[in-house]
Amino acid sequence: MSEDMNGGMDNTLTDPLSSTNLMSLTIDGQEIQAEKGQTIVQAAQKNGIYIPTLCALHADKESGLKHDLAPGTCRICTVKANGRTTAACTTPISQGLVVENDTPELNDLRKTIVELLFVEGNHFCPSCEKSGSCDLQALAYRYQMLTPRFHYAFTPRKVNADMPKLLWDGNRCILCRRCVLAIRTEEGEPLFVFANRGDKSTITVDTELIQDISEELAQQAMDICPVGAIIRKGKGFDTPFGQRKYDHSPIGSDTACSSGENKAGGEKS
Amino acid sequence: MSKPIIATASLAGCFGCHMSFLDIDERILDLVELVHWGKSPINDIKTFQQDCDIALIEGGCCNDEHIHTLREFRKHCRVLVAVGECAIMGGLPAMRNNIPIKECLEEAYLNSPSTSDANPDRILPNDEELPMLLDKVYPCHEIVKMDYFLPGCPPRADLIYGALTALVTGQEAELPYEVIKFD
Repeated sequence: MSEDMNGGMDNTLTDPLSSTNLMSLTIDGQEIQAEKGQTIVQAAQKNGIYIPTLCALHADKESGLKHDLAPGTCRICTVKANGRTTAACTTPISQGLVVENDTPELNDLRKTIVELLFVEGNHFCPSCEKSGSCDLQALAYRYQMLTPRFHYAFTPRKVNADMPKLLWDGNRCILCRRCVLAIRTEEGEPLFVFANRGDKSTITVDTELIQDISEELAQQAMDICPVGAIIRKGKGFDTPFGQRKYDHSPIGSDTACSSGENKAGGEKS
Repeated sequence: MSKPIIATASLAGCFGCHMSFLDIDERILDLVELVHWGKSPINDIKTFQQDCDIALIEGGCCNDEHIHTLREFRKHCRVLVAVGECAIMGGLPAMRNNIPIKECLEEAYLNSPSTSDANPDRILPNDEELPMLLDKVYPCHEIVKMDYFLPGCPPRADLIYGALTALVTGQEAELPYEVIKFD
């Protein structure tokens, strides 16, 4: 669904007067142009506007992806498109689209999603190797979550430590589907798959294929996971405090456009 | 107006949050100007002499004594502040929440390499003086109402100082990005 979505969207409206493939839209009142067929998240990224994502991921050098991912599973990118609430990573742009993104209402909604993810899994940040470089944690910092406003579920989750190069910790998994879509063998076979349904959904690993994955693929699996659910064995806490990804500036600071309000309270860094 | 009184307590925690509190260094002298100290491990006062204004609670609840202490604090303090990962979500002790309590005790006292020989009669601690363990480790806000939360393991000294002086002086706490961390 993900890779195909971005290529196969022909139901978008085009401007009859325009001879190019460019479409104009506004995000938070700022007029931008993007190519027909792109999603709102892609259009925003291209124009340096930050929309938070946990499941969607851009294809670039850092991610090592050939295609953008847009599974639409986490809903943290929820925006209002022409007044209607929708996931920005799965919604294609259209000519004249009006997008609300960085508003108090939507940011509170996103904070609520982060809080729900925190109480649903068992996110013990102090004991997690990904702490400081974790997207979920960074979003909690960005939205200044001091504590979730819901009760912790302490859901029992499995840990799979049988793999030679990787450790999978269900306590931290947010079921974003990035690993399912992106981590594949050279023949294109998936190494991670979804199992079960509803609140019993989980990730299972192809025990045969995972045996002889390369070091690069193992590292990509760890990097692509937005939380600390996929960890390379023998790696541990290898980055000192103060040098980790989100130690000094909030997530999204590198892309956030000029608007001062576009950035979180942590702007002072 | 008399100075506000501060109390502190450590429940199921490691005292790291109290250590971090002491990391405010010489600013503690500024704080002493602003407040009086009530019951706290810092001055070793064991019982409430009078009601307090602000209480810092470190650690979650893993036995009945913690529950009792926390309820006493709620009764005698105006504002309860959950300080640190353990008070907010159970923290490290709460990692036993998905393991049956029987299994935990057997691992600790009967089956681990360091205890199997030292405990030939295979006794689990059962003195009536000992507090009873709870089935799970509970964050403070699931036992009593908490008023403020300061995250971190431990919370940065600047976070504790900023929040505390704001509470004492009735101003808005200034909490820049660097001081709010969950680890």
